[in-house]
Amino acid sequence: MTVTVTNPANSIDHRKSRWRHWVLHVPVAVWLSVFIALFFIIAAAAPAALATHSPFDTDLLSALTPPTSDHWLGTDDIGRDLYSRIVWGTRESLLIGLGAMAVALSGALVLGFSAALGPKWIAEPINRILEILLAFPTLLLALLFVALLGPSASSLLISVGIGTAPGYARLIRAQALKVKGSGYVEAAWALGHTRTSVFLQHIAPNAFRPLVALVALGIGQSVVWASGLSFLGLGVAPPSPEWGALLESGKANITVAWWLEIFPGIAIVLVALSFTQIGQYIQDRLEGQTQ
Amino acid sequence: MTSRKILEVRGLNVWFAGEHGTRKQVVKDVNFELYAGQCVALVGESGSGKSVTARSLVGLTGEGSTVDAQTLELEGQSLLGRSDAWWRSLRGSKIGFILQDALVSLDPLRPVGKEIGEALSLHGWGDRATRQQKVLDALADVGVPEPALRAQQRPGELSGGLRQRALIASAIALHPDIVIADEPTTALDVTVQAQVLEVLRQMLRRGTSVILISHDLAVVAKLADVILVMQGGTIVEAGTSDDVLSRPKHPYTQQLIDAIPSEHTKGTRLTRSGSHATPTLFAPSAPQGKEDTHPVLEARHIVKSFRGPGGTRRTVVKDVSFTLKRGETLGIVGESGSGKSTVARIALSLETPDSGDVRFRGQPWSDATPAAKRAIRRRISVVYQDPLSSFDPRWRVSRILTDAIALGDPGRDVDARAVELLEAVGLNASHLHQWPLRMSGGQRQRVAIARAIATNPEVIVLDEAVSALDVSIQAQILDLLSDLQTRLGVSYLFISHDLGVIHHMSDRVLVMQNGIAVEQGTADEVFYNPRHSYTQELLGSLPRLEYARLRQAVSAE
Repeated sequence: MTVTVTNPANSIDHRKSRWRHWVLHVPVAVWLSVFIALFFIIAAAAPAALATHSPFDTDLLSALTPPTSDHWLGTDDIGRDLYSRIVWGTRESLLIGLGAMAVALSGALVLGFSAALGPKWIAEPINRILEILLAFPTLLLALLFVALLGPSASSLLISVGIGTAPGYARLIRAQALKVKGSGYVEAAWALGHTRTSVFLQHIAPNAFRPLVALVALGIGQSVVWASGLSFLGLGVAPPSPEWGALLESGKANITVAWWLEIFPGIAIVLVALSFTQIGQYIQDRLEGQTQ
Repeated sequence: MTSRKILEVRGLNVWFAGEHGTRKQVVKDVNFELYAGQCVALVGESGSGKSVTARSLVGLTGEGSTVDAQTLELEGQSLLGRSDAWWRSLRGSKIGFILQDALVSLDPLRPVGKEIGEALSLHGWGDRATRQQKVLDALADVGVPEPALRAQQRPGELSGGLRQRALIASAIALHPDIVIADEPTTALDVTVQAQVLEVLRQMLRRGTSVILISHDLAVVAKLADVILVMQGGTIVEAGTSDDVLSRPKHPYTQQLIDAIPSEHTKGTRLTRSGSHATPTLFAPSAPQGKEDTHPVLEARHIVKSFRGPGGTRRTVVKDVSFTLKRGETLGIVGESGSGKSTVARIALSLETPDSGDVRFRGQPWSDATPAAKRAIRRRISVVYQDPLSSFDPRWRVSRILTDAIALGDPGRDVDARAVELLEAVGLNASHLHQWPLRMSGGQRQRVAIARAIATNPEVIVLDEAVSALDVSIQAQILDLLSDLQTRLGVSYLFISHDLGVIHHMSDRVLVMQNGIAVEQGTADEVFYNPRHSYTQELLGSLPRLEYARLRQAVSAE
């Protein structure tokens, strides 16, 4: 015997109170992440609104100034304001992160779904290729493609995207297989739906649902990968204020100007953390809803 | 009875904590006593409080529950206000608890012998060597052949019956005075069920007392000395097994007895309520005018095998043929693994037979082209055992129905039609916006039936469609299916392991064993005059109420 707990909170009358409940019950860490993410999104969209100086104006008199009231995060070896450079670099860093995620997802969707749903002669080779790719560390794979394409923002984006795609492809494949074997897909076949309509109505949305949260997680990850490659001199080159590039150019003065490494590092960590936090939260919510 | 009283329950109340600090009483003023070697059965539907009552005797009512009673004594020892540690020492040693589903109750990665040994060592019983022997004894006690071999095996390697017996062995290894069996045979095939009931009967004979919880009155009738009928947390009727079953006093008991489908209920309604007075706006499902002499569905010599592990092929359907005429119900009965579900999938053309074919109205069906198949699909629909898993979790009832309607009859006002369908299955427009997840089992199955008739099908395949439902809900659904058949003239391919249900519903019956159709004929031929030994064995192991006698007894009063 089971005691079923009925939840009446589904009608429209309850929507308002549920919304309030939702706002009050979101953890502080998630709210904080939302604010941090908003800051970086504004910085990416309208850097001039947040920056205090031009990112490229040099001022040799105040070179390598530690953080002061004028230069909040200090200056670099030719006196450029670090805070403003970080703000101006946000767009490129985030775009690389987003772009890499987009490349990864589109590749993963095609590979994952065809590995799960395609005929054997397509699915089997894809599975083998995915297994081989998964055996390489992400960074190594991305390095390989940077080496092939040459260092630039777009090759960085493509390389990180390709590097992270196999993992997502495997996830999508597993989800698609699960949904494909589900009772409701069989019921849809039995009703006489076409392949396309079963795929669009059931398999794609249900397989993709758990991945929504992973997208947010993945953006943060991609920013870290891309910065890492830039730091190694394989991505965007200085004088661009892209965060990885900032780290790279600050390297020479690390013993005298700690802020040049610490603050861009913190920016990367904050982006990764806040997106991860938000992604995690969405994931938990979605899982709670389906169970 | 002259034997000693083991358990006394007086004024038992149980509350569950509800939302926002409220309490919900789930068991109200329950009284009963249990003597050595006696079997008391708690009977009722889901939510009647029967399981909670039993669980309060082993301290397993769960977090947030409150148990209180005037008297709750096991051999003179009060069971009230005990600590968790105390309960743990009681469970297994004094009271054994057998759960419903052996597959989920046993650790899949551990040999069953180890699992039973664990129960012994928890109670500090014996040392390793003596425990080993005790485990084998316990397995032998419950009639497990070759206990030494079976003790080494994992639950997945055992058949359903052996698994259930292993679970019983773990509950009785320490020879508790009382064994609580919570739906011990639900979900088991009839022949396995008969074996498990035999084990329980042996235990009773050895002087163990049994508290049997079941919704199946036929099972209860086989074992119980005393029956307690529960509804909404209270005992509505209590008495000896004979009194309760043949002279039920409470209307609810009568209703439960009436709800049991069997050969005697054929052609009658199982529930008291009248048929649904609903507007019938259904299009006639068969093309009118010229008489179609073809059977609606015809399977000829179908064979199907699957590749098993290690590349061996396992034939699950061997040369099965059947025909289904318009407005007729063909019952396919067999135990799990008999291939009946594969036959259902082949009838739906979700699997293609290796050889043989299925024709729909004389047209090719199993070997039609994909496009031709799609055109036929909406004329053959399906209802599964678990309706919830057959609904997309993102969809509400309205979307589930409109999706099917749009396929069957694109031109229509789909919303009006959805309401019409809901009313036809005894639901209404207010259910349109519900999530299936939040509906009861019976309501979900009604939605599944509404979807199945949405495309005006000529055949509905019912694959164990009522097997997961409580007896009284099952009765309502069976009545609904009979009504729909009368009104729509639809044919049913009715697949079930439940012989009573099959006999109640079917015009003709096909009995399957190991992929072979061992017997086929009209329902009465097969049930009253079974020719094949397997059919005879099936019918022999079926627990049933002496229903004819019962009806007479009622009318004689």
